Amino acid sequence: MLTTIYACLFYVATVVLVVGFANRIRQFATTPAPLKIPTMPAPTTKTGVAFRLFREVAFFESLFKANKWIWVFGWVFHMALAVVLIRHLRYFVQPVPEVLALVQPFGVLASFAMVAGLAGLWGRRFVVERIRYISRPSDHLMLALLMGIGLSGMMMKFVAHTDIVAVKAFFLGLMRFQIQPIPADPILLVHLTLVAVLMIVFPFSKLVHSAGVFFSPSRNQVDNSREVRHLAPWAAKLEADRAR
Amino acid sequence: MYIKNDPSEATQIDPLEMPALCPGAMEGSNPWVASPDHQASCGFPGELVDNWQEKAIEKMGELLTKYRSLKVYLDSCVKCGACTDKCHYFLGTGDPKNMPVARQDLLRKVYRRHFTLAGKWFPKLVGAEDLTKEVLDDWYSYFHQCSQCRRCSVFCPYGIDTAEISMAGREILDHIGKGQKYCNEIIGKVHTIGNNLGLNKNALRSTLEGLEEDIEDDIGVPVKLPLDKKGADILLVTPSADFFAEPHVDGLIGYAKVFHAAGANWTISSYASEAANFGMFIGSYENMREISLRIRQAALDLGVKRIVFGECGHAWRVAYSFLNTLAGPFDFLDPRYPVPQHICEYTWDLIQEGKLNFDKSKNDHIKLTFHDSCNVARATRMGDKPGGQFEIPRAILRTVCNYYYDMPEDTIKEATFCCGGGGGLLTDELMDLRKKGSSPRMKALQTVNQEHGVTHMAAICAICKTQFAKVMPNFGFERDSILSVHQLVSNAIILEAPQDDE
Repeated sequence: MLTTIYACLFYVATVVLVVGFANRIRQFATTPAPLKIPTMPAPTTKTGVAFRLFREVAFFESLFKANKWIWVFGWVFHMALAVVLIRHLRYFVQPVPEVLALVQPFGVLASFAMVAGLAGLWGRRFVVERIRYISRPSDHLMLALLMGIGLSGMMMKFVAHTDIVAVKAFFLGLMRFQIQPIPADPILLVHLTLVAVLMIVFPFSKLVHSAGVFFSPSRNQVDNSREVRHLAPWAAKLEADRAR
Repeated sequence: MYIKNDPSEATQIDPLEMPALCPGAMEGSNPWVASPDHQASCGFPGELVDNWQEKAIEKMGELLTKYRSLKVYLDSCVKCGACTDKCHYFLGTGDPKNMPVARQDLLRKVYRRHFTLAGKWFPKLVGAEDLTKEVLDDWYSYFHQCSQCRRCSVFCPYGIDTAEISMAGREILDHIGKGQKYCNEIIGKVHTIGNNLGLNKNALRSTLEGLEEDIEDDIGVPVKLPLDKKGADILLVTPSADFFAEPHVDGLIGYAKVFHAAGANWTISSYASEAANFGMFIGSYENMREISLRIRQAALDLGVKRIVFGECGHAWRVAYSFLNTLAGPFDFLDPRYPVPQHICEYTWDLIQEGKLNFDKSKNDHIKLTFHDSCNVARATRMGDKPGGQFEIPRAILRTVCNYYYDMPEDTIKEATFCCGGGGGLLTDELMDLRKKGSSPRMKALQTVNQEHGVTHMAAICAICKTQFAKVMPNFGFERDSILSVHQLVSNAIILEAPQDDE
């Protein structure tokens, strides 16, 4: 029964995440940007734009200019999350490649950094009056969700080990459509439930910023408006009235 | 100058000083509503339509399919707070709805209610709200407390530009019949007469002739300001404020002297006698396009080879970034020059070629700084390298002035502050907002006044010049402490008097 529930939950969550996120990306990609609005100074070549986006995603360049506290907490959280996610790949592949084995100790350390970053971001929502003003319940819930995932995961690593071999068998089974029993460990079930909830809300929440950053016209446009004429399809239709 | 030059005091002034939050402080700030005639001249309904809620949501839906910026920006904000202390109107008023994210949220909460699953199912949770009369009033008030200067977009990790949000907000307001008088009246004048001031061809001709006489009386050189000259090489498109406002007109005289020194065959057009394009302020692609097409038409009719724009911030944004889109392609112009060019690019090229001669000492009574106009700084470029919009005006100023000092680094270039009157807010009924919004820039000016004894500030935007001339006395500066960049060029340029008249 428990196994069936969690198997269904993860199939549903995966479909919602993939379809929902793909749909959101499709919306972003197919909506035209009729005017050139890069925030200047902007790169004058596509390579330059790729580099600008890379700096934005890898180093949070704009946030660094804006506020060092938010940058420190936000950057540490995101980078630690990336390491933690990579570490978790070991539960989805058999045998575990050597690279993943190497990441293992860093992934364990990164969990502390991830939770610390989240705590900093959450603390600002209470301590800084301006940020308290703009925070909605969903902003707190999102942090609670991520914090819950981080802490429950750390519990299993540092406090009460779960039967990780069985967990891996469960997920490898899911991927092969051969359902294997899931351990009835409460901490594990909390961890997995929160992860599934995160996957389901992802495409419908502010977490789509992960795609938004690549589609933001102020960041992804090339500064070449004098050299290349930029015309959206709907704007081109207006030109029918032009004599010359 | 009222402020004493005392370096010890300089440390006490902080242009970025954080105000205490004062909710509702500016909720009473509203520009006058456009009359039915003004609305009609831009193609909008005369007064608030009966089913305005329905129409507003419908328009929002349409804009979401036409503008990726709007869609991505409404979806992507994570409320990190990076922008909260970046808006000059927030710094000047303390009203939390002037924090960029809070201004965006005025639109975002209605977007979430009507266009997102989360907002339809759990409105309280995600801060989604219906479009009520109160929300509409907030839109009108606070979308007219954004000068679309893009400072917030520099600091947002996703580049969310509140200008795009306030433009969309104003576009929706216009389409339900609640437009702003200042912008829409002016756009109507451009559509019918050709410039923001409603200056007709004859008035313009006599103004330019008057200026020619003034220049000749002043320096003894017959510098011309030609109007509607067919077959001229260069069409100058400049903000109409340049024709008579101070210090704008001294800038226009400067352009004329530069053209004269270069031996250029140039002209102004009475049909396209306006560089500014208020269609941008109200987010109306159609109005912006119609105004831009006048410039194309004038260039074709006069048979010019190049188009040069005068000193004007938002105008240069529409010119540099949008003109090719709205009114291009300009394949009938000389391909050796970018279309269009900024007068600063033109002048700087001549300086580099050694074609202009200056007596810098003519500006020795001035200790100068430069205000990067927001839209020039963050929405355009000059020259062929990113950042040329910062370097070229400064290079010109250093060529014509001996005493030049920059304001603090976090208040200039890409981090520059708006003058407080941009984006269609340069109207008397918003004077309180304008004064408060100018305070970060004015404090930055006070710091260089105290550290270096700076007496004057130059700008390349008609709105900046008008705004500063108005608000400077509130901060201890004479109203003529604001100068045009080409006014300083005009002061220092050496023109040869005619060798042999007749």
